[in-house]
Amino acid sequence: MTGHASGRERAALLLPALLLLALVVVVPVLRVIQLSFTHVDLEGGMVASWAGLDHHLRVWRDGRWWTALRNTAVFTFASVGLELVLGIGFALVLHQRLRGRGVLRAIVLLPWALPTAVMALAWAWIFNDAFGVANDLLRRAGLIEAPIAWLGEPTSAMAAMVLADVWKTTPFVALIVLAGLQGIPETVIEAALIDGLGAWQRLRRIVLPLLMPTILVAVVFRAVQAYGAFDIVYVMTGGGPGGSTETVSLYAFQNYFRYLDFGYGSALALQGVILAVALTAILVRLAQPRRR
Amino acid sequence: MTPALLRRAALAAAVLLISAWSLAPGVWQLLTAVKPDAQITRVPTTYLPDPVTFKHVRALWQRKPFGTYLVNSAVICALATALSVLLAALAASALVRLPAAGRLTVLLGLLLVSLFPPILLLFPLYEGVRALGWLNQPQALIFPYAALSLPLAVWILESGFRQLPKEIDEAARLDGLGALQRLLRIHLPLAVPSAVTAAILVFIFCWNEFMLGLTFMTRDQNKTVTAGIASVSGASLYEIPWGQLSAAIVIATAPLIALVLLFERRITSGLTRGALKG
Repeated sequence: MTGHASGRERAALLLPALLLLALVVVVPVLRVIQLSFTHVDLEGGMVASWAGLDHHLRVWRDGRWWTALRNTAVFTFASVGLELVLGIGFALVLHQRLRGRGVLRAIVLLPWALPTAVMALAWAWIFNDAFGVANDLLRRAGLIEAPIAWLGEPTSAMAAMVLADVWKTTPFVALIVLAGLQGIPETVIEAALIDGLGAWQRLRRIVLPLLMPTILVAVVFRAVQAYGAFDIVYVMTGGGPGGSTETVSLYAFQNYFRYLDFGYGSALALQGVILAVALTAILVRLAQPRRR
Repeated sequence: MTPALLRRAALAAAVLLISAWSLAPGVWQLLTAVKPDAQITRVPTTYLPDPVTFKHVRALWQRKPFGTYLVNSAVICALATALSVLLAALAASALVRLPAAGRLTVLLGLLLVSLFPPILLLFPLYEGVRALGWLNQPQALIFPYAALSLPLAVWILESGFRQLPKEIDEAARLDGLGALQRLLRIHLPLAVPSAVTAAILVFIFCWNEFMLGLTFMTRDQNKTVTAGIASVSGASLYEIPWGQLSAAIVIATAPLIALVLLFERRITSGLTRGALKG
């Protein structure tokens, strides 16, 4: 008797959350799928007609989509790769016994908590061609003679964006890896010490393999987020120069709100997600054998 | 130098480098925000402002409804956080009593939802918001923010609830308390730390959200601070002086800096708890 009652109670407790998610997530996803098979005629006052696979086929013939996809891939791999290296380094330092570790942790965490869109503006100022501090520092260090128009050239604009993203999201990787480090039993490290392994060998042969599952979680989270990047691109470069930093999300956004091509925008967003799912599956697969 | 001393020197250098990397971009905005215009545009760059000026902050307030942005953000984020944590607490209290298989299915489903890129939901949500006549209304952001942060809040609260001993719950049940009563009288008071952690993370998420804020709030006086500032970029990026933009960046990020300094431990534990259970 209590089993039934508590089953109903549980359902009642779950219901509000599931209802909200259904309205904000599930219904919109279904609507995007529907839109991606629909021609929306704005002239006749939003008349919708069946479009079949038109939009979805158009995606694969669209040069701008391929560029956006390539940009997104470059951004994701560069950003996640650098974050991983830096994040593991930060975590190793934070794991040491040192005075003021709490303060250092707060300092490391800071970039993660700040709004991406707002800090993207800050980075645009740092990389300003005429008065930016990036150029000034490089000039003082004797690395460049003339100022670089960072956001005005395809390669340097992408590099600046990647740097801004790495700055913002390294804390996430660092703190997750740190938690993983703290989960490694002391005895394992002591055993390695007794076996006479040096610091580098301990890291490579013991610590990193044990951290693999943790690192994998961080990479999947971060890769998915980087793949959906919008804020940083919209603010720092607007996708420019000449579409060289436009991501899949930004291209879909432009179709929705600039070209008012709702069907095509939906097809782009949807195809982007399907690819992201595939990408995640591949990543997980790739990391699997090294796990043991 | 002895190896131990060398080690400590290397560690100190690493700590210094990490701090500089994390703080420099913010410090640079702060310096720009209080620097006279002539020094902002001087080449080579003048690093320290002389004298310190608050001209940009004042000009910013006159140019943009900045106080209104901040109030909008505070109201929207507070209500969205309250809604999210409340619904998450209800859901989590049910989840911990579910058999392992069912619980895992729901938690993984939530995880999947949280991995969806927001661009996928943006346009249908915009349609919905417009159809309801909610454009430029706080609820246009409150409900989506609460929903999108629910998975994180549920994960944190569920792991918080699960640490509570089962016996307490059993005893309360034998005393004839219903599920809601147990949640309010037993679970929630014991899970306050988890709820606070979830609330802080959800609040940060809401404050930082940009895409929906940019799209749903078209009137200047209804914008959130993040969308309000960042939407001055793009075409109008060069119309607004950098001193004022820097002042805007400093003011919009100040509440978050305060949150991090106050709650570093909670934020870290919430972040890792959510990510490491899987």
